[in-house]
Amino acid sequence: MSGEVVLRDMLNRAARRLPTWVIYVLGALPGPWAFYQGLTGGLGVEPISALEHALGLYALQFLIAGLAISPLRRFAGINLIRFRRALGLLAFYYVTLHLLVWLLLDVQVLARVWADIIKRPYISIGMVAFLLLLPLALTSNSLSIRKLGPRWRSLHRAVYVAVLLASVHFVMVRKGLQLEPLIYLGLVGVLLLLRLAPRRRVRVA
Amino acid sequence: AGLVAARPALASGDDLKPNSWDEITSYNNYYEFGTGKSDPAANAHRLTTSPWSIRIDGMVDRPGDYALPDILAKMDIEDRIYRFRCVEAWSMVIPWQGFELADLLDLAGVQDGARYVAFETVLRPKEMPGVRYPVLDWPYREGLRIDEALHPLAIMATGIYGKPMPNQNGAPIRLVVPWKYGFKSIKSVVRITLTDKEPFASWNKYNPREYGFYSNVNPNVDHPRWSQATERRIGGGLFSARQSTLMFNGYEDEVAVLYEGMDLAKDF
Repeated sequence: MSGEVVLRDMLNRAARRLPTWVIYVLGALPGPWAFYQGLTGGLGVEPISALEHALGLYALQFLIAGLAISPLRRFAGINLIRFRRALGLLAFYYVTLHLLVWLLLDVQVLARVWADIIKRPYISIGMVAFLLLLPLALTSNSLSIRKLGPRWRSLHRAVYVAVLLASVHFVMVRKGLQLEPLIYLGLVGVLLLLRLAPRRRVRVA
Repeated sequence: AGLVAARPALASGDDLKPNSWDEITSYNNYYEFGTGKSDPAANAHRLTTSPWSIRIDGMVDRPGDYALPDILAKMDIEDRIYRFRCVEAWSMVIPWQGFELADLLDLAGVQDGARYVAFETVLRPKEMPGVRYPVLDWPYREGLRIDEALHPLAIMATGIYGKPMPNQNGAPIRLVVPWKYGFKSIKSVVRITLTDKEPFASWNKYNPREYGFYSNVNPNVDHPRWSQATERRIGGGLFSARQSTLMFNGYEDEVAVLYEGMDLAKDF
């Protein structure tokens, strides 16, 4: 057995033993931690933008992690599919916190919030991404999966559009052409393109 | 921090309580040291600021390399407490030390035909990790119309709170034009050129739709990606309220005359 296969099997065994609640708890903690840091000076002298940006970045990172699950299984044989729902819901949790910080702490005035959504393309794009994720979060429970049947899979393909919009939103929010958001956009592009790779026929023994 | 003289700044305002040294020196835009707000404070120590000279050339009577100590020996350093409004809609109040730009231009002798002043920031790839990336067309450059440059509010700043200018704030000498968005106040100046043509201005050239050549603080002209009607004063913490942005950053009485007859929505 090659080292690669040993590693893969070890990972898969460990993943089977890890309860999903661990992912929920560990994944959710950076939210309140960032808020606490913002309150106590850990985010620097302008904590509102820092908190808003940190939460937005966590959201994008969890979306990307969720997007990586099926290519990992298909191309590397690593099966983390049990954790995909947790990753998706954590992404939605951070998107919601990001939106709330923008609304309540950053812009503050409701009329201006609406004006920003209408007038500023990068905010419109972010809002569309949030609205696309909303039904996905609401139908992430097992009951919805059973009830929707094959339609559930089609519905949840909306995440491809949402994550693409989210990474474009990140590129647009920065001043000048900056490297970091382009790396995220590139990663999202690769993960989406991998889904277009032709599938080998499954051989039935 | 008690070194600020009681001398009133040229512009008045009851909101002129200076930000702390820590705020002013830890939250900076100086993309040559990185695009993050804390990157300049982390990386700018690499910049060597001595010896330093400014090349003054173009349409002047006495072009040449002016060594900084020679310049300072001829200048009256005074305190100026100015509002500082970033184009990103945050603001500070900064107690600068410096001298009027007009006095520096006088040293070199501005010729009659000069209509603009071009400025250039030092470019040292070995000391500036941020210039590895083409975020902007380096070196950073800015410009003013000659009447703006000669206005007494426009200063060359050499210190903050009575201490030498920190590297992240544009050591050893930088421009401060308080009625314009912060990016016009070019840092670590090594060259000043008098010219009869509108000079290259880095952000304006990068995206003329978002950053005008004038870039006067104007609450009525939004940046395409955000409103400029309000700003957040640094230092208010996580629940800091926004405050209204003032026309010409509160220096309307002093500088509005420079722009009479201009359409400030068009020439923004």
